Amino acid sequence: MVSVNKIVLDVLKPHQPNVLEFSRAIAAAGDNYHVHLTVLEVDENTETLQVVVEGSAIDFEAVQATINNMGGSIHSIDEVEVQSTSDTG
Amino acid sequence: MNLLGKARYLLRITRSHGIVRRYFVVNGFDGALTMLGLITGLLFGTPADLSVTINACLGAAIALGMSGVSSAYVSETAERRLALGELEAAMATDLVDSAHGEAARRVPLLIALVNGSAPLIISLLIILPLWLAQAGLPLPVAPLHAAILIALVLVFLLGVFLGRFSGVSWLRSGLQTLLVALLTAALIFLVTAS
Repeated sequence: MVSVNKIVLDVLKPHQPNVLEFSRAIAAAGDNYHVHLTVLEVDENTETLQVVVEGSAIDFEAVQATINNMGGSIHSIDEVEVQSTSDTG
Repeated sequence: MNLLGKARYLLRITRSHGIVRRYFVVNGFDGALTMLGLITGLLFGTPADLSVTINACLGAAIALGMSGVSSAYVSETAERRLALGELEAAMATDLVDSAHGEAARRVPLLIALVNGSAPLIISLLIILPLWLAQAGLPLPVAPLHAAILIALVLVFLLGVFLGRFSGVSWLRSGLQTLLVALLTAALIFLVTAS
């Protein structure tokens, strides 16, 4: 079984909801997610963020849907960490 | 997220709390002063039957409510569409299915309801003594005087509400709005007495 343990995303979002609410919503998209968010750039209407999500089995679609629901859009997936575990036993 | 939580969230992401508060006070004040004007006009003028007074006040209250709902809905829908369009241009993406799209559709309705219900509810509270008197309930003062008293108290409370949010003294703010109401009553007295 292959599971995603870490993803680093380049995200563009409107100023609202703010980064605290934004990261909370991403963390709530799955179980035991650890979210680290950095604001890279602030424009008149938008903010560019680097979002690092870590967890034992990250559901990327759920994270993407959460970001899109808050008006954000993923520009790129900059880093991933994937792990395979044997199903035996 | 429950309905109230959702409403708060949509107001927060569109930064509309201030607008809702402003509409509530402005239109609530409109409702209170309109009722005060009608009732003082009837009090100082030719005495009218209580049912006529109630119908006149109720008609004005409903008209204020409808005016508040429709005007706010039309203007806020246009404002929200414009804001969403600007945000979509900045994001270079379609936000119709996002919380911002939902806010553009629902926030105008929410603001319209506040804008319409504020004068309606305040007017109904002012008319309350007239209804009670018509129902045969004994009141400590004459129904028209009781209605005026309630109107003055509500105007004062709206001022207090404004004061608490603007950071100025609640008493000063309440007395300011009360002064406006008293001036309105004095003007009506001068016009109807002549």
